[in-house]
Amino acid sequence: MSHPAVETRRRGAWAYHAVRQPLFGPVVALTIALVVFSAISPRFLTANNLSLVFQQSIVIGILAVGQTLVILTAGIDLSIGAVTVLGTLVMAKVVADGNVVVAFATALVVCLAAGSLNGALVTRLSLPPFIVTLGTFTIIAAASQLYAGSRTYPVQPSALTWLGTQLRFGSATVTYGVFLMLACYVVVWYMLSRTAWGKHVYAVGGNPEAARLTGIKVRRVLFSVYAGTGFIAVLAAWAALGRIPNADPNAFQNANLESITAVVIGGTSMFGGRGGVMGTLVGTLIVGVLRNGLTLAGVDNLYQNIATGVLVILAVTVDQFIRRRSQ
Amino acid sequence: MNPAEPGGDLGVPAAVPVLQARGIVKRYGHVTAIDGADFDLLRGEILAVIGDNGAGKSTLIKVLTGAVIPDAGQVYVEGAPVTFRNPLDARAYGIEPVYQDLAVAPALDIWSNLFLGREVRRRGFAGRFLRMLDAPRMRRESEQHMDELKIGLNSVSQTVETLSGGQRQGVAVARAVAFGRKVVIMDEPTAALGVKETGMVLDLIRKVRDRGLQVVIISHDMPSVFEIADRVHVHRLGRRSCVVDPKVRSMSEVVALMTGALEPTELERNGAS
Repeated sequence: MSHPAVETRRRGAWAYHAVRQPLFGPVVALTIALVVFSAISPRFLTANNLSLVFQQSIVIGILAVGQTLVILTAGIDLSIGAVTVLGTLVMAKVVADGNVVVAFATALVVCLAAGSLNGALVTRLSLPPFIVTLGTFTIIAAASQLYAGSRTYPVQPSALTWLGTQLRFGSATVTYGVFLMLACYVVVWYMLSRTAWGKHVYAVGGNPEAARLTGIKVRRVLFSVYAGTGFIAVLAAWAALGRIPNADPNAFQNANLESITAVVIGGTSMFGGRGGVMGTLVGTLIVGVLRNGLTLAGVDNLYQNIATGVLVILAVTVDQFIRRRSQ
Repeated sequence: MNPAEPGGDLGVPAAVPVLQARGIVKRYGHVTAIDGADFDLLRGEILAVIGDNGAGKSTLIKVLTGAVIPDAGQVYVEGAPVTFRNPLDARAYGIEPVYQDLAVAPALDIWSNLFLGREVRRRGFAGRFLRMLDAPRMRRESEQHMDELKIGLNSVSQTVETLSGGQRQGVAVARAVAFGRKVVIMDEPTAALGVKETGMVLDLIRKVRDRGLQVVIISHDMPSVFEIADRVHVHRLGRRSCVVDPKVRSMSEVVALMTGALEPTELERNGAS
């Protein structure tokens, strides 16, 4: 708008506005991590190693897209990792009878059903998402163990492992799974920022009563978010078989929490209505870089967990601070 | 019906009220919230609805906006009987409530809030198949609305949470004005605002009227009511006790009417101030 006085004031305060950008914190954190680890290990800042960071981040990265949607509505999905594991098991067991398409379709139906169950319980019974997904997490994890008979199922190279196909760019190795992950981010970024549905997700998370009064069908939006997360879980399951062609009921035990970590570090508010998937992508990379860099520096796995935990608490603290300031 | 002159300065009798209600009754169990209430909103006026807590004024407003279905009585729009089963029905008749600070989503920018629930998609492929919103158009139209109402904002791309209380109220009003074609109903528009901000909101309400819309404000803020209302609807014991002209009655007289300490004149009781 044409307010000259305002324009000058804003130009003078560009730094203030840059700091207030939602991506500012996460990008600074990622930059610091990159600089620090480059200084520590000469092997860190190589195309080969950085492409490895991406590959290691695929499954959590895809799940974090769904987790972002849920958290934007002020919810949480603790079952997302268990649903993914069930997805890999269904694919591996069904494909043993021969048909890749049937295997993928069955896993798709199972994961969508799990997501829809969460959505139905949250919207129809108005139960808190934390409790609903804690319950479905326990149920699905146990059901997976029963279904698998506590053993693992290797998958023969097929379309189900296709996402593991490697492409070489110089010394960098990129799998199709990386492209699937990036595609998930681009598609959901588009849906959140360029469609009415996205606006409604933010409105439902930010102020459900206001959303209802403006005529938004709050329950329908919430349901779509949980069901959509089920769809994203089947993509994560597919990507998981691409990385390790072996369905294991004990895999991805920490996937729920790690996806939440990526979302929170990426600057999406646990209180809903604030944030976005691009922050989550940066958050995923921060966690990936931290783990990779600490491994190169010879730091024990457990210390890596401690570092990630500290980062989560720090991110939530910053979120709280921003929220108080804006009220 | 008594012909009345809104504000006394239009000169022509506004025969058919824009929004009217007769004999509205609403009971909640044994509690009668409104008991045969009438309501008349005339063309081109700002009508203030005042009343003690529990007098039933908010229930009346909910009936008029479709949020509550009455047990008895009839609502008329432009003289024609209507039935509102929900707020969307009332909205279809051009009746647009402003839900204070409530109706804005804090982390979304101003134009997204203005168009929330009524987003405009692009034409052609991008809109139909990719469901892409026409952001430039919505931003442009938002700027027009904001400019017309003289709501001083840096940019419609600011998020609502960066605004002051009065500015947020402004966005909520702009929302109602942008889409309400007849009646804007505001519940306590000046509550929790400072002096300067209150002045800004009152200016805004006048501008809304000057754009040809009818405004209903429910308020406890007597000075504000007396500053802008053309007529004052006094609600007492579940019904309209009278309608007074704020130029004829003093503030203390109106308070006395509200509490029952003073009896209205016959003309006022009939709803013609």
